[in-house]
Amino acid sequence: MRKKITVGGLLLCLSLAFLGGNSGLAASKLVSFDTPEQEQLYKLLLEEYRCLKCQNQNLADSNAALAGDLRNEIRDQVVAGRNRSEINEYLVARYGDFVLYKPQLKPSTYILWFGPFLLLIAAGWYAVGVARRHRTINSSTNSAMDSSKADEVRSLLDD
Amino acid sequence: MMRFLPLILFVVLASFLAWGLQRDPSRIESPLINQAAPEFSLPVLARSDTFDSTSMLGQVWVLNVFASWCVACVAEHPLLVQLAKDSDVPLVGLNYRDKTDDAVAWLDRFGDPFETVAEDAAGGVGIDWGVYGVPETFVIDAAGQVKYKHIGPLTEESIASTVLPLLKSLQNKESVSLQ
Repeated sequence: MRKKITVGGLLLCLSLAFLGGNSGLAASKLVSFDTPEQEQLYKLLLEEYRCLKCQNQNLADSNAALAGDLRNEIRDQVVAGRNRSEINEYLVARYGDFVLYKPQLKPSTYILWFGPFLLLIAAGWYAVGVARRHRTINSSTNSAMDSSKADEVRSLLDD
Repeated sequence: MMRFLPLILFVVLASFLAWGLQRDPSRIESPLINQAAPEFSLPVLARSDTFDSTSMLGQVWVLNVFASWCVACVAEHPLLVQLAKDSDVPLVGLNYRDKTDDAVAWLDRFGDPFETVAEDAAGGVGIDWGVYGVPETFVIDAAGQVKYKHIGPLTEESIASTVLPLLKSLQNKESVSLQ
């Protein structure tokens, strides 16, 4: 009896997890394509664009009405045979660069792409500088210690 | 000089972060500014004729995107009614993803400041205009270019400091070019 209940509970949990975790799948269930390539492009594009209504979700994950509209629009354009860059242009012309999850590489985004590496190089250069300075300071104090204090220390130790 | 470098870096970083904190991430600059307004032709709310956006060419006009399901629109609406009184610029409503009956009842209840209301039931025109947060308000000049976009509800302050002065200057420009 107890075993039966556990199995039933497990199944319930599994089915709930399946229902809860697949909003993206649920959204694309009704969509059909002429070729598998089209379907692949569609799925790829939904991952690449931001839902502007709920900014930390992409179009595949979002349940907002606008995301649904944009999914339909992208689906129609994919079936009509438009390619990736054409669809990209369509969305950017309307919503701006922000619709892209991955920002484009262009002069106004150079600091975004290369800034962290520049910071890393600058910090590394600074760290090396600090380390070198400390080494020279330490060795000079060491030699000063050797000449003046060493005899004193030795005599103290001898006592 | 080298001694102050960390302090300088800290100040630069802190000022960037402070600037970032002041910004509202839900406000995204529209790529439509200074571009030709997307043309559309839609049924007029609760009527059998259609509204064509090209019919507005030659005059300054305002497009307000609203819906009866939009809570912020209720807050904004009295300001639009006032704006219609304060300026002679035509206000056009874009009823976004709404039901006809709901929209008519909503306008009956809160007042109708619009010269025309176009019904975008499917939201397609909304996509063309890059609408993502209703209400949104656009100012279009006589040449048919989008000059300003306000995302979210207009406020008394934004109308007084931005919208009205902009409408006035665009209208002046228009009357100069007509002479």
